[in-house]
Amino acid sequence: MHILIIEDDKQAAEYLVNALDEAGHNVDHAKDGELAFVMCDSSEYDVLVVDRMLPKMDGLSLLKKLRARGDMTPALILSALGQVDDKVEGLRSGGDDYLTKPYAFSELLARIEVLSKRKIVDDADTLISVCDLKLDRLSHKVFRGETKILLQPREFRLLEYLMKNAGKVVTRTMLLEQVWDYHFDPQTNVIDVHISRLRGKIDKEFEFPLLHTIRGKGYILQKDSVD
Amino acid sequence: MQRLRKLFSITAVRLTILYSLLFGATALGLIFYVTAGTVKILKQQVTVSINEELKELSEIYEELGLNSTISALEVRSRAPGANLYIVSNPAGQILAGNVLDLETGVMNKIGWTYHPFSYTRFDNSKKDELLALARIVELPNGMRLLIGRDIGEPEKFRHLIFNALALALGSMVTLGVLAWFFVGRRILKRVDSVAHSTDRIMSGDRDERLPISGSGDEFDRLSNRLNSMLDRINLLDEGLKQVSDNIAHDLKTPLTRIRNTVEASLVTRNNNSKHREALENVLTESENLIKTFNALLMISQVESGSTTAQMKQQNLSEIIKDIVELYEPAAEEQNFELRSDIASGLIVNGNRELLSQMISNLIDNALKYGKSVDSDQSSIRIEATLSGGNVSVSIADHGAGIPEGANGKVLQRFFRLEQSRSLPGSGLGLALVNAIAKMHFATLTLGDNKPGLNVGINFPSINNSV
Repeated sequence: MHILIIEDDKQAAEYLVNALDEAGHNVDHAKDGELAFVMCDSSEYDVLVVDRMLPKMDGLSLLKKLRARGDMTPALILSALGQVDDKVEGLRSGGDDYLTKPYAFSELLARIEVLSKRKIVDDADTLISVCDLKLDRLSHKVFRGETKILLQPREFRLLEYLMKNAGKVVTRTMLLEQVWDYHFDPQTNVIDVHISRLRGKIDKEFEFPLLHTIRGKGYILQKDSVD
Repeated sequence: MQRLRKLFSITAVRLTILYSLLFGATALGLIFYVTAGTVKILKQQVTVSINEELKELSEIYEELGLNSTISALEVRSRAPGANLYIVSNPAGQILAGNVLDLETGVMNKIGWTYHPFSYTRFDNSKKDELLALARIVELPNGMRLLIGRDIGEPEKFRHLIFNALALALGSMVTLGVLAWFFVGRRILKRVDSVAHSTDRIMSGDRDERLPISGSGDEFDRLSNRLNSMLDRINLLDEGLKQVSDNIAHDLKTPLTRIRNTVEASLVTRNNNSKHREALENVLTESENLIKTFNALLMISQVESGSTTAQMKQQNLSEIIKDIVELYEPAAEEQNFELRSDIASGLIVNGNRELLSQMISNLIDNALKYGKSVDSDQSSIRIEATLSGGNVSVSIADHGAGIPEGANGKVLQRFFRLEQSRSLPGSGLGLALVNAIAKMHFATLTLGDNKPGLNVGINFPSINNSV
């Protein structure tokens, strides 16, 4: 994936470039908003990682200008501001996701992967299928092979999100944000239990499991186990 | 020059100067107006009386002839306080009348004398130069007749009025300036003493207060207000100091652990798995630290009210149901029964995210500390009802509860009960719940569920809180 990091802090940028490079991505770095604006014009990026506070042109203005130009490259905003309205403001300015500093790298990586343009599922598709698991977004029906699976509404949304991002790691925080619309961390690990319930419905008594846990990172929905 | 400029920068001084100028100008105008008016009236009186005299004389002249007129003049001129009478030849030589001598040239012009002229009376032994106004007419035989009136008395009167007014107004201006000077100086002194106290407070003397004279004037009222404000600031400052002491203490512990882990790992040679384990430890510890920081920031954000702007009407029933649904599987796994009885359509004014977090924290706590002492199956009861226009929520468990006397402390940051110190947690959960409740104008009660804890949150009626 071709990623542009827009970050003025030299050390933070270096760390990100190295870590994303290690994860197998092709990474460029811009140290201010104006430079980033020029770079976005000359090369094609899959994801932008934008620091909110930037010299010359701040992150939100950069995104507004890019969107005004018709550049819809998915963008992840990084910020030290973590209040809910800061997030809302960030997303309104054209950001696609918002992560508060300090963050775990695994969280950032998972979010970048999910943001990437190369989506497997189009938002307009009514039928999503991963392997022999099928989900109909219109009739709210789920099948594994020929077996019909009954899901609670929230379980359905959870599975829908996992299937939309099949093959990519999704973290607990991402699930809380996207499926439950909460931006805080409950102390009890509530998500794990929801996942294991879902797993009981879609994986148990079937030939091979689809929903895998990646220790310390999150979950992934795909045929092959990751470990 | 410097001193003068400094003096001019004082409001009292500037006001004094401005008012003195204004007052002086008005007084001057008044003096001129009054004296001019007096003169005008006096002149009018003179004119009227001379005209009348002239009319009487001309009637006598027309009826009885010149000799009778002159004898009438003689009679009149001898009367006490008489007017001036002169009969002269065309050259201005005095032939008859009661005037011995007068300013030369007065008799040459027919009509009114425009300015007072000086003359000497016949019967006046002192030969004083007196002032008079007169009218001169030409008689048919070419002789001239002057009828005049002394204006010495009115002129004296005019001077008297002028002097009286000037004296009165002058002393008023002087007194005003003096009064202003003293009042201004007094105000200045008070301001200086307040400024002095403020300087001392700013330089670190927290117990210094603004001086109060005891007269109950506006300065005292202001100082009283400012003093209570200082008391309040001191109180808040105390609180802040306590909190930062707590923070310093409670963050030191995990930081020490991180440091020790790293130090120990640096001493261990060539042991990759040990190093890895140490790094993982450090990562977990620092993540916990970040969580603690986030929670602290969250509490202070909520307390400072910076999130109040996003308050709007929320369906609390839905918010609680969603959280219960989120926790239900986790609770079941831990052998808890989540029993909820939530009236539908409960509306409160608030912030969905924060209300969710509040309920979530309370259920978290109940799961952590609410394990039933005497049975395997524990239960948490969540209720939300509407009573008397108020929405009340209660979350009750059957755990150990909070010992008496610790009720107030558990709401403080970092406070943890002795028996729960072994369990994971930061001691910030209830502090955040408390802050969120306060922000929503809700009252938080910690009741005894016999056994267990019953947390009640009472929201104000939405009509009142809007």
